[in-house]
Amino acid sequence: MSSRDTILQAIRKSQRETTPMPTLDQDWLRFDAPIEQFTTVLESVGGRCIRVGSPSEINDRLAEFPQFESANVRASTIEGLGQPTVSLDTIDDPHNVENVDFAVLSGEFAVAENGAVWVTDETLKHRVLHFITQHLALVVPAKNVVNNMHEAYKRLSFEGQRFGTFISGPSKTADIEQSLVIGAHGPRSHVVFLVGDES
Amino acid sequence: MKHATAAAKFVANDERSHWHDKALWFVRSKRDRMVNSVPEWELLRDTASAIKAYTMSHMAELLEQFEENATKLGATVHWAKDAAEHNEIVRGLLRDHDVKKLVKSKSMLTEECHLNPFLEKHDIEVTDTDLGEWLVQLRKETPSHIVMPAIHIKKEEVGELFHRVLGTDEGASDPPYLAEAARTALRQKFMEADAGLTGVNFAIADTGGIVVCTNEGNADLGVSLPKLHIASMGIEKLIPQAQHLGVFLRLLARSATGQPITTYSSHFHGPRPGGELHIILVDNGRSKLLASEEFHRSLNCIRCGACMNTCPVYRRSGGHSYGTTVPGPIGSILAPSRDAKEHSTLPYACSLCGSCTDVCPVKIDLHHQLLTWRKEIAALGYVPLDKSVPMKFASAVFRRPWLYRLAGRVARNVVPWLPRFMLYNPLNVWGRRRELPEFPRESFQQAYARRQKTSGKGNVR
Repeated sequence: MSSRDTILQAIRKSQRETTPMPTLDQDWLRFDAPIEQFTTVLESVGGRCIRVGSPSEINDRLAEFPQFESANVRASTIEGLGQPTVSLDTIDDPHNVENVDFAVLSGEFAVAENGAVWVTDETLKHRVLHFITQHLALVVPAKNVVNNMHEAYKRLSFEGQRFGTFISGPSKTADIEQSLVIGAHGPRSHVVFLVGDES
Repeated sequence: MKHATAAAKFVANDERSHWHDKALWFVRSKRDRMVNSVPEWELLRDTASAIKAYTMSHMAELLEQFEENATKLGATVHWAKDAAEHNEIVRGLLRDHDVKKLVKSKSMLTEECHLNPFLEKHDIEVTDTDLGEWLVQLRKETPSHIVMPAIHIKKEEVGELFHRVLGTDEGASDPPYLAEAARTALRQKFMEADAGLTGVNFAIADTGGIVVCTNEGNADLGVSLPKLHIASMGIEKLIPQAQHLGVFLRLLARSATGQPITTYSSHFHGPRPGGELHIILVDNGRSKLLASEEFHRSLNCIRCGACMNTCPVYRRSGGHSYGTTVPGPIGSILAPSRDAKEHSTLPYACSLCGSCTDVCPVKIDLHHQLLTWRKEIAALGYVPLDKSVPMKFASAVFRRPWLYRLAGRVARNVVPWLPRFMLYNPLNVWGRRRELPEFPRESFQQAYARRQKTSGKGNVR
């Protein structure tokens, strides 16, 4: 008998008594001002949130970041933003994006309760860029801020092959004596631009 | 080794024992602050517990559903009965892909399977890329905590280690400086790796996806550069639906480290274009645990480590004193299920204070299960003589009031006159770090009777 069948048979023999599936239809935490909540939480985990009226403002605000100004290699997946120095689509091997200093990428929506932004590799050839760039800026429509993770999963469908991740702040570690260090393996800084009107 | 014997080594260094205690209490306090900011915390716990109970009652169907959906997405699903089979599957995959260098993100399952030494024997270079786990790997140790593997190591020791291994400045112990040195060294490992291996925090039956949570981003770096991604998971990591992640991701990081969510919560649905994803479902004793009436709820564990951070015994005795992959309260339930004789002292490394049960995000009744284990261990005859003989003696005395009174009288009148060596000797385990209280001159009954007689005059309440 295969290991698969051995395991399944053992489980069937010892499976617990049937219990009902709980409902997720609850009155979960909501905020009067979700964007303010998102901004506060993101700052508490080492990130930054900047509200802008239109995408064109983002370039001006980026210019205020020394890490953007000093970046030798910049990448962007958003037309007209982030003054890219490399064209991501011409790179075949993900190892070759290792030298990116600053990446401007798009995020689908933000979560107020934990400062996270949902990103996918739908418009990005090398998903590794989210993690390998020295500095990361995410651009999210301001109308796409949900209250909590339950609302977040209502937006997600997971059909077909796809990678997606919630990113909440810059990469970090506290593995040396619980002392927080920003920039463990991934981005050393993390900024989220919320663009446009709230609704 | 007995827990108390192993712990004695750790507590011999009083300063370090207290430092360790404080470090964990700091994490516990962060957890409390974060939990108090979520008004529906108890509802979340109840819901998580109910989802897990449902999962355990539909485990076989859900595993089949997961396999089907993951396969549809282009992943390959493997099944391993035990640690040896898991390790062989990994080795086979690495051999087929001609892998010489493997980067791993934190996976307690591969620790449980002792994968690293196995692969190293077969000439594969394995690098644990979680900073804490890399530290213990370089020190040739095992993690002492499931979320903070290097919680027992001081920054000065990291400084010495990195000076030796990475050539950092001698005497340097500044965490940002040391973490930067690790970043540089490990980035090289990521760039050179031929394959990446991760654990799995959650596997979703209704989509066939897996979720991996890290703060450092090491799992994502490790599996987004090379073409081969191997994901090893215990079968209990399964959840029925993607929407259930809303519940578990709200609980996990808040309970573990007092963060609102981990920095990265990555959802892998199938391999990336041109890559391969292999998911290994590991039983290794889990189906046996599922069959246990008393202990099956320990399978609900999501490995947040909150029970360790709060445990007064764990905090003072250190994770290595448990001698198991998973230490602390949950480890003391899981380990005897594997080998009750070998780990018979672990359920006694507990004051039954119940704090673990209070903080558990999936409401495992940890301290009740620990108490139940004591009963089982006694029934199996694994209680050591220094515990079982005094217990039998006490039982005999307490069952006979006349003997109890006699013993009390003898103790009150004789013990205070005994020389120290007769009281504090190797037979008196209890007295090793404790002094007997001062013996009263009369028994409670005598005192009570005397007070009753005088209560008319005095103001006795």
